[in-house]
Amino acid sequence: MTSQDQQAAVGSRAWLTSDQPVSRFHARCVQAYLAWRRLSQNWLAMVGLGIVLALILMAIFAPLLAPYSPFEQSLETRLLPPFSPGHWLGTDEFGRDLWTRILYGARITLMIVALVAVTAPLFGLIIGTAAGYFGGAVDVVLMRLTDIFLAFPRLILALALVAALGPGIENAILAIALTAWPPYARVARAETITVRNSDYISAIKLQGARPPRIILGHIMPMCMSSVIIRVTLDMAGIILTAAGLGFLGLGAQPPMPEWGLMISSGRKFLFDQWWVATVPGLAIFIVSLGFNLLGDGLRDVLDPRSASK
Amino acid sequence: MSDAQGARRRISAAGSGLRQARATRLLFGVSRTLISLAITFLGLLLITFIIGRVVPIDPVLSIVGERASQAQIDQVREQLGLNEPLMTQFGYYIWDVLHGDFGRSLMTSQPVIDDIARFFPATLELATLATIVGVLFGVPGGVLAAVHQGRWPDQAIRVFGLFGYSMPVFWLGLMGLLIFYGELGWVGGPGRLDATYELMYEYDVPTVTGAVLIDSALAGAWDIFRNALSHVILPSLVLGYFSLAYISRMTRSFMLEQLSQEYVTTARVKGAPEWRVIWVHALGNVLIPLITVIALSYASLLEGSVLTETVFAWPGLGLYITNALFSADMNAVLGGTVVVGLVFISLNLLSDLLYRVVDPRAR
Repeated sequence: MTSQDQQAAVGSRAWLTSDQPVSRFHARCVQAYLAWRRLSQNWLAMVGLGIVLALILMAIFAPLLAPYSPFEQSLETRLLPPFSPGHWLGTDEFGRDLWTRILYGARITLMIVALVAVTAPLFGLIIGTAAGYFGGAVDVVLMRLTDIFLAFPRLILALALVAALGPGIENAILAIALTAWPPYARVARAETITVRNSDYISAIKLQGARPPRIILGHIMPMCMSSVIIRVTLDMAGIILTAAGLGFLGLGAQPPMPEWGLMISSGRKFLFDQWWVATVPGLAIFIVSLGFNLLGDGLRDVLDPRSASK
Repeated sequence: MSDAQGARRRISAAGSGLRQARATRLLFGVSRTLISLAITFLGLLLITFIIGRVVPIDPVLSIVGERASQAQIDQVREQLGLNEPLMTQFGYYIWDVLHGDFGRSLMTSQPVIDDIARFFPATLELATLATIVGVLFGVPGGVLAAVHQGRWPDQAIRVFGLFGYSMPVFWLGLMGLLIFYGELGWVGGPGRLDATYELMYEYDVPTVTGAVLIDSALAGAWDIFRNALSHVILPSLVLGYFSLAYISRMTRSFMLEQLSQEYVTTARVKGAPEWRVIWVHALGNVLIPLITVIALSYASLLEGSVLTETVFAWPGLGLYITNALFSADMNAVLGGTVVVGLVFISLNLLSDLLYRVVDPRAR
C-alpha cells in the first residue's frame, strides 16, 4: 500500500465517521456505517448474516452449483444414504439428489420470504400510518380490523384461506401475507402517533402538504427502522409457516423442491431412510436460525431501548 | 400509552383511596374488554363467512348430487337460505353459530359441534402438558439467564431459545419419533395409546373429561395411564420446547427489570441471602406479568398443535381440521377455525382479566 492509498483509506474512514455531515446522503452513510460497526461486533449476528448471504448466493447460483437436475428421476440411485459417491447428502425415493433439491429449494424459500416481506409490511404500514395520522373513527375502525386478524392464530387462518382458495404456492404466499400484516400496522401506528404532533410535521402542513404526501414522505420513513427489525425477525416465522403449509400438502405441490414438502415425502421412509426427511429440515432450521440471529442483532443496533433486554 | 394510563390509574387510585371507585373502575374495564371481545368475535365470524363464500365448492351440488333436477336444486337453495341477500345470510350464520350449529360434517356425517367436542379434549390435554413443560423449564431458565446477564449461561439459554424459534415443529416431532421411538424405543409411537390399550380405553374407561390421562387415572386403570403417558411425553416435550423458548425470553427480560429495582438492593443490604432475593423477592414480582405470557403461549400452542398432531397422529382438533381440509369438508374446517379463534380470544381476555385482578397497579 502506498502512502497515498493509506491517506485515501483514512480519508474515507474520516468521511464515514464525520460528526458534521455536509449532505443528507453523507449523514445517511455515517449512520449506516456506525450501525454496521456496532452490528459487526456481535458475532452471533454476523453468523446470521453469513447464513442469509449464503442462502441468497445458493439461490442465485443454484444451476451452477447443483450437480444434477432437481426433477429428473433415476431409479438406480433411489434412497442412497448420505456420503454416497456423487451424492453427499443422499438421494430421495425417486433417486433425485438431495443437495440439488436443497439448492433449488432455496430459490422457492427466498421467493416466498421476499414476496411476503414486501407485501405484508407495505400493507401494514399503510393501515398503521393512516390510523395513527388521522386518529378518531378511522383509527378505531382500522385498529379493530387489525385486532380481528391478530385474534386468529396465524397458521389456522392461513389454513382456512388456502382451503378456500385451493392449495398451491401462490395461494400459500397470499395466505401468509394476509396473516402477516397486523403486527406491522401496530408498530407503524405507534411510531406515527409519536411523530404526528412534532414541529416538522406542522411545518410541512403549513407549507400546504396534503395527508398522502405527509404520510408517504414524512411519516413512513420514521417507521422504517422498527419495521425492518420486525421484518427480519418475522422472516423465520414466514419460512416456518410456508414449510408447515408445504408439509401439510397445502403449499407447494410435487414435484417442486420445496423444503416442507420434501420433509412430508420423506416422512414415509422416516425409520428406514432417515436422511430424506432430516436433510430438508436441517436446511429450514439453519436458514430460520440465520434470520433470527440477524434480526436479534439488528434489534440491538437499531433499537437501543430494548438492547439490554 | 400504557405508561400514561398506568400513571393516571395509580394517581387516581391513591388520591381517592375509595374501594368503591376501584370496583367501578374494574367493572368498567371488564365490560369494555367484553365489548371488544364481542366485536372481535363478530369480525372473526365475518372472515370465516367470507371464506365460506369464496370456496369453489358448491354447497348445493354437494348435497343433491350431480344429476339432480333444477327443481331439486332450487328447493335445496331455498332450504339453505342461499337465495337471501348476503347480509341476511350472514345474520343466519351468526344465529346458527351462537346456537352451536356449524352444520354437518361431510367426513363423519355428524354435527360439527359434536365432532369438536370429541376431538377438543385431546388438544387441550396436549397443550396443557406442553405449557407445564414450558413453565417448568422456561421460568428457571429465564431467571438464570437474567442473573448471569451477558455471561455464558445467558448466551447458552438465548441460543437454546433461538433454536426453538427456528425449528419447524413438525420436523422436530419427526426427529423425536426417529430417535426416541424408532431407535431407542423409550417412548410410545404415534397416537394416544397402543392399539390394544385403545380398545380397553374405549370399553372399560368411562369418558369423564375426554383426556386419557385423567380418565384412566380416575378409573384406576393404571396400565392404560402408563401407556398413555409414554405416548404423550414426546409430543408434549416437542410442543413445550416452543413455549419454553418464549417463556424463558420473557422471564429474562422481566427479571432484569426487577433486579435493577431498589427493593432488591435494600433486601441485599439487609442481609437477605442471594437465592432469596432472586427466587422470592424478584421472581415474586415477575409472576404477575408472566401470567399474561403463559396465557399467550398457551394460546399459540393451539396453533402449533395443528402440525404436531399431524405428525403424532394425535386425535385432536388440529388433526380434525387438517383431515377435513383434505375431504373438502368446509363446515368442519370453518367450525374448527371458529372454535380455535374463540379459545384464542378468550385466553387473551382471561390473561387481561387475571392481570387486572392480581396486579393492584392495573386496577
